[in-house]
Amino acid sequence: MALRVLKPGLLSTVQDLGRSGYQKFGVISSGAMDPFALRVSNILIGNDEYEAALELTIVGPVLYFESDMLISICGGDLSASIDGEPVPMWRAVFVRKGSTLTFGAPRQGCRAYLAVAGGFDIPLEMGSRSTYLRAAIGGWKGRALQAGDRIGIRPMSAVANKILQKISGMDDGNAFCAATHFVARDLLPSYAQHPIIRVIRGREFEQFEEAGKEVFFQAGFTLLPQSDRMGYRLKGPLLQLAEPLEMISEAVIFGTVQVPPDGNPIVLMADRQTTGGYPKIAQVISVDLPILGQVNLGATIRFSEVTLEEAQELYLIREMEIDMLKQGIRVYV
Amino acid sequence: MIGIKSLDLYALGDSAIVVQLGDRIDLETHRKVQMVSKYLEEHSFPGMVEYIPAFTTVTIFYDPLAFLSNIRYDSAEHEEMGRSVFQQVSSAVLRRLETIPDTDVPKPTVIEIPVCYGGDLGPDLEDVAGHNQLSVEEVIQIHSSAEYLTYMVGFAPGFPYLGGLSERIATPRRKTPRVSIPAGSVGIAGMQTGVYPIETPGGWQLIGRTPIRLFRPEQSPPTRIQAGNMIRFRPISRAEYEQLKEREEWR
Repeated sequence: MALRVLKPGLLSTVQDLGRSGYQKFGVISSGAMDPFALRVSNILIGNDEYEAALELTIVGPVLYFESDMLISICGGDLSASIDGEPVPMWRAVFVRKGSTLTFGAPRQGCRAYLAVAGGFDIPLEMGSRSTYLRAAIGGWKGRALQAGDRIGIRPMSAVANKILQKISGMDDGNAFCAATHFVARDLLPSYAQHPIIRVIRGREFEQFEEAGKEVFFQAGFTLLPQSDRMGYRLKGPLLQLAEPLEMISEAVIFGTVQVPPDGNPIVLMADRQTTGGYPKIAQVISVDLPILGQVNLGATIRFSEVTLEEAQELYLIREMEIDMLKQGIRVYV
Repeated sequence: MIGIKSLDLYALGDSAIVVQLGDRIDLETHRKVQMVSKYLEEHSFPGMVEYIPAFTTVTIFYDPLAFLSNIRYDSAEHEEMGRSVFQQVSSAVLRRLETIPDTDVPKPTVIEIPVCYGGDLGPDLEDVAGHNQLSVEEVIQIHSSAEYLTYMVGFAPGFPYLGGLSERIATPRRKTPRVSIPAGSVGIAGMQTGVYPIETPGGWQLIGRTPIRLFRPEQSPPTRIQAGNMIRFRPISRAEYEQLKEREEWR
């Protein structure tokens, strides 16, 4: 059971939900930029939700299936097709041995997640299969995929086998066969080209100039080309502190919006450092991280404020929805 | 008791809480950070994911759902129902940290880092000497005779923020940062000194290099230097550097 990389795409890496428990040693967490899509891609095919999948960025790879496989593609729509036939997203898909998966122009979002039933046969490093490119650890040999790589697949779970049986019952001999069940549209994050991202105030919010505090929630901020998995660099009105502030480095997390002295905010993303010393103007709420993770270079982001209570309520609702999805799969099989 | 009040707790987003233990970088605050870290290492609470100690804070990550599903509302906690998740997490954290006795932290572990100073391994050593009107030998002597406290790790795996650099060898950062600094490089930036566990870009003045692998992801713990450790740099010859490096690579 293996997947062969014919073309690597722009940046295809193995990611799971991140490397937790090692940040106290300064080891960055990494993990999927769109954790929702990663979890759902796994759930749909009977994997544990924290199993590793491939994160495919803007230009997807060309992958050859050396054996029959159960897969799902979630997240950004990068125009996936198998042997020339478009593949539906957000559902389990049975792929026949000898088929080739290709991608085209991004239609929505910029990161697709390809999960494979059983998961990739890659060792855990510090409890995770996420790739941390800078330190060359985790994932597939600590690096992005390259042409010629051949990634083994572990045996499928019992649930995956049942899903496969259901789908293969409808098999008509084509290169692939998609399940009829899929994720309800209203369950999906509202991926938008120019999204409004909900934040709560950061710890140093009050220390910014009055004008900056107002404009932060009014203006659009453009995602600059220097943005990457580590941080999104934004260009908009400059944000300045009312008075210079003596900052002492402390922990930062996924979605922390910090403002260096030049006044241009940076949103810290999956590959962020564990600590930072710039004033924090805002914090993106957990349920909007997937939306942020799908924003493309050049897009405009706006921020809107919610309270911590609202953020945590939304968090709990999202988790209940994911739990319902898991139960739905159990009922289906 | 180390005296933590509810006012010292801040939300960092919807799934992390910051415990503020002081407002300046000093030994007393560091000691409290160490005590809280040690406590969390031994007692996690329901829903707790991990923690990050820093100069004056310890940030605790938690999963709001796991926290709520595991909390048991006994009589003392009954009043908690209906309060926000963050308020409940705050109370839970406070209740636990309040019980930490204010005792001396164990004597810090001293870690010796062998360093080959100067030459191509420390290309800025002469600049550091020139800036401070010292000889190269004096810089090495001053740098290697002090003990440095690791206040925190961050920036890169096991990268130590060290206190205790002599003002006599303090040197501003390079005007143009290097695109790539090799792993093991020992540097000075202003009043800071440190050692790079992995290859990264950076603007520090590089005075030497250690052959020791400071980040070794296959081992537990994965970093040689941890917050709270004392660091001592030991000057070694180029021959010893090569010898140790070979031994490290075979490990």
